[in-house]
Amino acid sequence: MNAPLRRVGVVVMVLFALLFLNLNYRQVVKADAYRTDSHNRRVQTAEYERPRGKIADAKGTVLADAQSTGNSLKYLRTYPLKEEYAHVLGYKPVTPMVATGLERLNNDFLVGTSDKQAADRIARLFTGKEPAGGNVLLTISKATQDTAYQALGNNRLKAKSGAVVAMDPSTGAILAEVSLPSYDPNLLSTHDTSAARANYNTLNNDPAKPLLNRAVSEVFPPGSTFKIITSAAAMTADSSLTPDSVVPGGEFYKPPQVSDFQIKNAHTGVCPDQITLKQALTVSCNTVFARMGVERIGADKLKSMAQAFGFEQEPRFIEDQDRNYCGVVASRTGPMTAGSDNRVDPPAVAQSSIGQREVKMSPLQGAMIAATVANGGKQMRPYVVDRLQNSDLSIADHTEPKTLRTPISADVARELQDMMFSVVTADDGTGKSARIPGLQVGGKTGTAQDGEDAEDHGWFIGFALKDGKPIVSVAVFLQNAGKGGSAEAARISGLVMKAYADEKGIR
Amino acid sequence: MTATAIPSPMSGEAGVSEPARPHTRRNVELGLLLFVVVILTVFAAVVEGNAAGEVTSHFWVQPAMLAGIFGVGHVAVRFLAPYADPVILPAVALINGLGVMFLRRLDLAGVKAPQRANLDVFVGDGFRQLGWTAAAVIGAAVLLAIVRDHRSLSRYAYTLGLTGIVLVLIPAVLPAKYSAINGAKLWIKLPGFTIQPGEFAKILLLVFFAYYLVRKREVLSLASKRFLGIDFPRGRDLGPVVLVWLMSLMVLVFEKDLGTSLMYFGLFVVTLYVATERVSWLIIGLGLFLGGAFLAYFLGKSVGGPFLNFSERATTWLDPFGDADDKGYQLVQSLLGLGTGGLTGTGPGAGQPNKVPEVRTDFIFSGLGEEIGLFGLTALLVVYVLLVTRGLRAAINVRDSFGKLFAGGLSFTLGLQVFVIVGGISQLIPLTGQTTPFLSAGGSSLVANWLLIGLLLRISDAGRRPAGGAPAIGLGGIATGGGGGAPVQIKEMPTEVVR
Repeated sequence: MNAPLRRVGVVVMVLFALLFLNLNYRQVVKADAYRTDSHNRRVQTAEYERPRGKIADAKGTVLADAQSTGNSLKYLRTYPLKEEYAHVLGYKPVTPMVATGLERLNNDFLVGTSDKQAADRIARLFTGKEPAGGNVLLTISKATQDTAYQALGNNRLKAKSGAVVAMDPSTGAILAEVSLPSYDPNLLSTHDTSAARANYNTLNNDPAKPLLNRAVSEVFPPGSTFKIITSAAAMTADSSLTPDSVVPGGEFYKPPQVSDFQIKNAHTGVCPDQITLKQALTVSCNTVFARMGVERIGADKLKSMAQAFGFEQEPRFIEDQDRNYCGVVASRTGPMTAGSDNRVDPPAVAQSSIGQREVKMSPLQGAMIAATVANGGKQMRPYVVDRLQNSDLSIADHTEPKTLRTPISADVARELQDMMFSVVTADDGTGKSARIPGLQVGGKTGTAQDGEDAEDHGWFIGFALKDGKPIVSVAVFLQNAGKGGSAEAARISGLVMKAYADEKGIR
Repeated sequence: MTATAIPSPMSGEAGVSEPARPHTRRNVELGLLLFVVVILTVFAAVVEGNAAGEVTSHFWVQPAMLAGIFGVGHVAVRFLAPYADPVILPAVALINGLGVMFLRRLDLAGVKAPQRANLDVFVGDGFRQLGWTAAAVIGAAVLLAIVRDHRSLSRYAYTLGLTGIVLVLIPAVLPAKYSAINGAKLWIKLPGFTIQPGEFAKILLLVFFAYYLVRKREVLSLASKRFLGIDFPRGRDLGPVVLVWLMSLMVLVFEKDLGTSLMYFGLFVVTLYVATERVSWLIIGLGLFLGGAFLAYFLGKSVGGPFLNFSERATTWLDPFGDADDKGYQLVQSLLGLGTGGLTGTGPGAGQPNKVPEVRTDFIFSGLGEEIGLFGLTALLVVYVLLVTRGLRAAINVRDSFGKLFAGGLSFTLGLQVFVIVGGISQLIPLTGQTTPFLSAGGSSLVANWLLIGLLLRISDAGRRPAGGAPAIGLGGIATGGGGGAPVQIKEMPTEVVR
């Protein structure tokens, strides 16, 4: 009976080897997947064992903090500036809700488990210090963000919603990002799970949609701001066309072979039959750009110029390029065709050329268009995380600016600058409220129709240069602001850009 | 006990001075036990450091009590089974002690962090388990004292076997109110406490299996038909096997417990194989069990009723994350605990094992896995393997067929039970409600498994005792009792002993 007993021993060995192999699979191969699984409530408690890293602006103002609680979840995420930075940061709630935006993107680093912190963790092991989360430093300029938030919130038209994006044209660094209405992220980061959920539901069901980030995650008809793209397409297609070239204008434009459709100007009398291109942009002459779109450029070239500026593609942040947790969306040009055979529809092209019809743009895209013109035709990829800082304040990583694309030549860029300066500096310019003493300010207003019953959107996209060098670009959007919306947007743009220049001591 | 001038059979050193007496290795056992106590004490200190933030002045109390209990076990073995394998007792002591310390650790997790340092030593599941350990060790010692020769058990084989069957079936026939916990009808609920009769039944049934198979092994192994190159037994000899198979299926269906069913059946098939040396029995057994399990699965899918529980378990096993918040909850949390532990674990007392449901009983292994990691669990598995192989070694060493079958069966039972539960909580096989031997909280399991160890020690002692000489010196110097005695063993020697 000894031989079978030995074989039973072998069987037991095999059974235990299976256990051993399976445990290897569970505890090594699947370990990371299990550790970070959303059903694993340990991760959360462990995350809250030590203070989560801070998020701060360019000057170190703390925007997201960790407050000691004395409970089992030891630290509470707080947002001292509440609504102002909600859309920049996202929020970090307790499970089962999930983090959003930068809080989600940088979660590992804030918790202290990122690969980038391996050296820091080892150092702490030797020095015997508690492991700690790292800090995330943003490109946001406090003065610019404050001004944008205040000015947009206190707009004279009492528009309830809108957005501001300001960026550094030469790097793509986001200087301000505001979306209104906003919300207090502290309502969602509370450890009272049921309250957090109730607050979320309240915000989510609010008809004003405060959770939407109108600055980067929503698109709206750009109206006349799109004429910059139309101008760029026209001047690129025909190099003889300059800002001083005389082009046909008039009170009405009727595309050829179309009887029941016409484009007219916002105001009668501003647009004579013959007008220079620069003047046409200065007074925002619809008939000039509609005609140019249909007769000189065509749907294909108009579309491809818009795409060269970034339409149809998400302008994802550098640090967020792979995941897009910040929810950046693509602007769109729409089809510009009619009928089942998809032939080009001249009325559609005419309307698209002045930023109506199916054309939709995000405020971020607007700021990027202005920045591209200011930066001599070179478009930078936007980013909002400047540096990742270890808990000992050494730098773990910092963002290198990246050129995204070059949609226009330096010559065309200079000509566009010239035209956009005129919009602000000319006495009859639509954007004159954006003027800033001591800086060269250029831009373009936009008034976009938003359906039959709704008030028009007001837009301004623009930039400021000092001695020809780009300082800041901006896009201001006032949703359904009504009459005077674009002038108010221009005024807010001026305030925002001035705030940045003042903070930097340029002027 | 060690350096004594007077030669004494109780002392290892005495064996050295008197060549006629072989080593009892009792001092090796004592040394290993001391090592175990050191491990447990360190474990207790680390747990307190991590969970309470400080090592209190009373951290050593429970390890010291365990040391006392295992010391009693050691003395009992020294007197009652002096030639027993010296590794068995320390291995069990390590697992059992770790179980107690881990339950104490879970008690600490049950109170708020600031009060942990003040948690009384004499409360909670940890202390209750410590009490059961004392009872179990004393039970095993008493068993060693009563059963002086394992062969004497075979005289009561039919009585013990019948008792075993009754114990198995009591929970099945009792109303669920008196027998079901978490859906499995395995218990007898009495006011104040519950008994899991199946834990004891497996030992009793094993006595009967071993006795029956020793009697029948000739006919079972010789009379056969050859088919496909394998010797199959005659149909009429299959009777008892089919009976046990039906019984295990009944357990599966009516007690809603795959694990226990697998235990009984595996136990029987393996003893049958060892007795007859016929691989065909293993094939038949495995085929019948898998066939039965598949049948139960598909009946559960189509008919439902009593088979539903099993098919649900199988579904959960195949995809626990598919229903992670309800049916798959336990298994999912167990896996997440194991994964969180990873290679090295969080350290004793530093994890959150209380996030795993039923972590005191069925899922104690995954709770431990979070804190001691793959390294620690592997070490623990090695200790179990050591225990099982030492048990099988005792079976090989002992001279009589009944002892071989009985010890082989006991050892295999232990290994199989560890496989069934650890495989279950780590998604290797469908999860079943088994206790982890010596580790899980629960008196029935602990006492039954210590009795099993007592019997293994008894058989090991018989196998290692020098042939033909030196009866064991028991309490009061009474020589070995039981039916046979040395001459019978010598008679069996030439055919049975293979060293």
